[in-house]
Amino acid sequence: MPTTLAPAVADANLVEVRNVKHVYGKGGGGAGLLVLEDVDLTLRPNEIVGLLGRSGSGKSTLLRTISGLIRPTSGTVVVKDMPGDDTAHGVAMVFQSFALFPWLTVQQNVELGLEARGVPAEERRTRSLAAIDLIGLDGFENAYPKELSGGMRQRVGLARALVVQPSILLMDEPFSALDVLTAETLRTDLLDLWVEGRMPIRSILMVTHNIEEAVLMCDRILVFSSNPGRVIAEIKVDLPQPRKRLDPAFRALVDDIYARMTARTGREAARDGAFPGLGLGMALPRISTNTLAGMIEALAASPNDGKAELPTLANELMLEADELLPIAETLQLMRFAEIEGRTIRLTTAGRRYNVAEVDARKQLFAQQLLAYVPLAAHIRRVLDDRASRQAPARRFRDELEDFMSEDYAEETLDAVVTWGRYAEIFAFHDDSDRFSLDDPG
Amino acid sequence: MTFLPPDRMNAGLLIRYARRRLAPNRADIIALFLIAGGAVLVTQAARTMGRPLSGLNVAPISLDPRNLPMYAALTTLRMFAALACSLLFTFVVATLAAKSKKAELVIVPALDILQSVPVLGFLTFTVTFFMGLFPGNEMGVEAAAIFAIFTAQAWNMAFSFYQSLKTLPEDLDEAARQFGLSPWQRFWKLELPFATPALVWNTMMSMSGSWFFIVASEAITVGKTTVALPGIGAWLSVANERGDGWAVLWAVITMGVVIILYDQLLFRPIVAWADKFRAEQTASQDPPRSWFYDVIKRMRLLPRLVVPMTVALNRLPAPQAPQIRLPEIRNPQIARGLDWLWLAVVIAMALWGGWAVISFVSRTLTLGDAVQVFGLGALTLARVLILIVIASIIWVPIGVWIGLRPIWAERIQPVAQFFAAFPANVLFPAVVGVIVALRADPNIWLSPLMILGTQWYILFNVIAGAAAIPNDLKEAASMFHLTPRSWQWWRTVALPSIFPYYITGALTASGGSWNASIVAEVVTWRHQNIEAAGLGSYIADATSAGDYPKVALGIGVMSIFVILLNRTLWRPLYGFAARRLHL
Repeated sequence: MPTTLAPAVADANLVEVRNVKHVYGKGGGGAGLLVLEDVDLTLRPNEIVGLLGRSGSGKSTLLRTISGLIRPTSGTVVVKDMPGDDTAHGVAMVFQSFALFPWLTVQQNVELGLEARGVPAEERRTRSLAAIDLIGLDGFENAYPKELSGGMRQRVGLARALVVQPSILLMDEPFSALDVLTAETLRTDLLDLWVEGRMPIRSILMVTHNIEEAVLMCDRILVFSSNPGRVIAEIKVDLPQPRKRLDPAFRALVDDIYARMTARTGREAARDGAFPGLGLGMALPRISTNTLAGMIEALAASPNDGKAELPTLANELMLEADELLPIAETLQLMRFAEIEGRTIRLTTAGRRYNVAEVDARKQLFAQQLLAYVPLAAHIRRVLDDRASRQAPARRFRDELEDFMSEDYAEETLDAVVTWGRYAEIFAFHDDSDRFSLDDPG
Repeated sequence: MTFLPPDRMNAGLLIRYARRRLAPNRADIIALFLIAGGAVLVTQAARTMGRPLSGLNVAPISLDPRNLPMYAALTTLRMFAALACSLLFTFVVATLAAKSKKAELVIVPALDILQSVPVLGFLTFTVTFFMGLFPGNEMGVEAAAIFAIFTAQAWNMAFSFYQSLKTLPEDLDEAARQFGLSPWQRFWKLELPFATPALVWNTMMSMSGSWFFIVASEAITVGKTTVALPGIGAWLSVANERGDGWAVLWAVITMGVVIILYDQLLFRPIVAWADKFRAEQTASQDPPRSWFYDVIKRMRLLPRLVVPMTVALNRLPAPQAPQIRLPEIRNPQIARGLDWLWLAVVIAMALWGGWAVISFVSRTLTLGDAVQVFGLGALTLARVLILIVIASIIWVPIGVWIGLRPIWAERIQPVAQFFAAFPANVLFPAVVGVIVALRADPNIWLSPLMILGTQWYILFNVIAGAAAIPNDLKEAASMFHLTPRSWQWWRTVALPSIFPYYITGALTASGGSWNASIVAEVVTWRHQNIEAAGLGSYIADATSAGDYPKVALGIGVMSIFVILLNRTLWRPLYGFAARRLHL
């Protein structure tokens, strides 16, 4: 199939996204969270394009905008059919959580989209059985999703999307809910089908936070910054298929993308810039103090000696970029570490924390927390000012919601509660939903 | 590119169809008898319902046991007629509430109130209304009885459906939208299946609750009009009036048989079938079973007859809902303004309604009456609370004991559920006989009747809660030598674990007791009336005297009490359980 396309067809644009901006949360008031800003994207026939970014980078939002599930706040999204009388048209989506209807059998699930289009029963059956066959689920037609393993379920999701013959297959982190082995098998099978031209689709657009997965599968990778989501790099992957993870060129590309994903947090950006919002309005990630301590210790341990490359560290700790970066950035926010390019280095405070005893660690953590996390300092100040030494959490939640959505406010407050409890700078009572200064010890 | 594999599956299916004989098997025969028998009873029963009203006086209730199957069929038919109405109501109203924010603003609070007010008190009004609707025809009284049962069933069903619609899994919703399902397809493929498990459970609860009302609504006395519809309820009221203990016993046995029949033949199979609609992606450890469901699945001939019908049904064009697309208001200020306007309209209508009731009541009643009624309400409130406490003290330890022993729990759970379904009001008169004989104080000894039928909700919820205590918790407790003999075990293991379940049970029991007070505070046995002072007896007396303003006042006050109790006691406890003690 790739070779049979006429040049005019090969140049056609299947998807054109122009100046898309998306704001979540309180409508119109300008207080919402900016998720996507100035996003342009063009999808041409015959390519697999990856949208790579961290959580909160709006890549899933962009995919849903293209699928028509949500409307962008502003900007245009055009999905076109192939020129000429191509049978494939429209988009179909594969979901991270599979989104199979548990009360429908495999075959009924696959027929869902056909039924919605009013395809007659007989044709539905023929086409769905063909799709099930293609995707390697022969014999499971009458099984219910709960009888299948995760990998098989995602195959059903894939068959369900393919059977409606979309020109574009949209995939939202399709392999991230699967274990490593299953995910790899499914990736390989999908690539085989794609390379052999056996799927009735013209292009694939996939969202992922896994750098290696993107390099393994995609012809083009758009790297998104987070908060707000913007395209910060477009990388063409010219490595021939099948690609090998251990190939030096492959590794170099992965390292390069790592550097680009952390680029915004380099010297030139404000130190707080890693998290959206400034001062009190900074949205913080829910990260346990154990994780932070573990990361400091890992950085200080022997091969690293206080300094490490992020990709190497991710491998060593078996974390995805998506999981590692928020931890690193929280350390940076509290000045326990600093990030430069793809290198992370412990600061003096970080080194002191590493060698300190439990109580000294807590004191140091409290110092850094009060100095560099404005919300923590704010809560402490309010408590100090009040005669009762108490304050309802509602009050801070309301303040936060002026800057961010309810979910982000909740997560941010949770983060500060956890850190504040560890540092013993205040106590929080879940029953009464209040902060207080009483010494829990 | 299209898929063109050889159509092997197709050929295989044909061969299998051809091989299988279509002769009826044993399962077919069982089902056939049941269906035929049911059909005969239903047609017979339906014929009696359309008779003129005078027919009721010509053929009064006779206490001949040979009439009982017919009476039972009539009563059951009324319940299922009401159930059909409730389902229709559920689908329409709950869908409306879930889809439209403006409708939600009215429907949700209305449902919340309707499910806590004593529906029994409304009987007076509805009977008058429906008899006016079908003058001189038995249909009017039938409709009133069916409506009374409907009011006992509909609200919690609608609530459960609404909640299901509001909690549709996001990914399934997205998949349905992405593949472009029409609203009709969406209802059948996504919304109804997802809501089914909760709806089935609530339907069962509603059926249990409605027995209580059928007994009260088949023999209605409003002022000078007394109507007795042929049915178990009317049989019982006649039997009680005459003090015929054997007739009461016959009715009780019949009721038990009917409850067991529809439980085994209808609800168990539905529960077993509905298990596949659980939204979890894992198979349940211990799927509900039903022998009758297995029979249905094994049938050979009947499915062949039913399948063409469902195929034809599928071919029917989906009803084309008028596609009204209101212009989307993108200006947030105008949108918010409209919301406020709607809210103002709703509040104005509510105020007008309240004013209408007050002006109706105040025509004949004074503030003094209202104060007196509130006093009576306080008496009934005290009874309800004390009874819940006593029932809890008795049933919580027993429930925990049973729940910790899976074998016992398995045996006793259905019995407790059966007792909850059993209308305790049929036994009231017999108890009264004892009270009269012993000359006990009715103000105290009538009270336990209120909770006779509803205490079982506490028991079976506690059993369920205790059975669900995680094994690791029990093991951790026994590691520290904590046993059910020590208070610490109850404080740290048992009570927190069962609390959410207990609250559900106590809330249901409390609501049921308020309703029961209307029939439990005044009881007749052999023309003797025994009465306890309270809001329930106030409403009951006003009803039999046909004093509408007093009935309205009584119901209004009882509604206020119930709602206040829910808001100040049960809901906070519920919230606490959900927040803190959820496992």
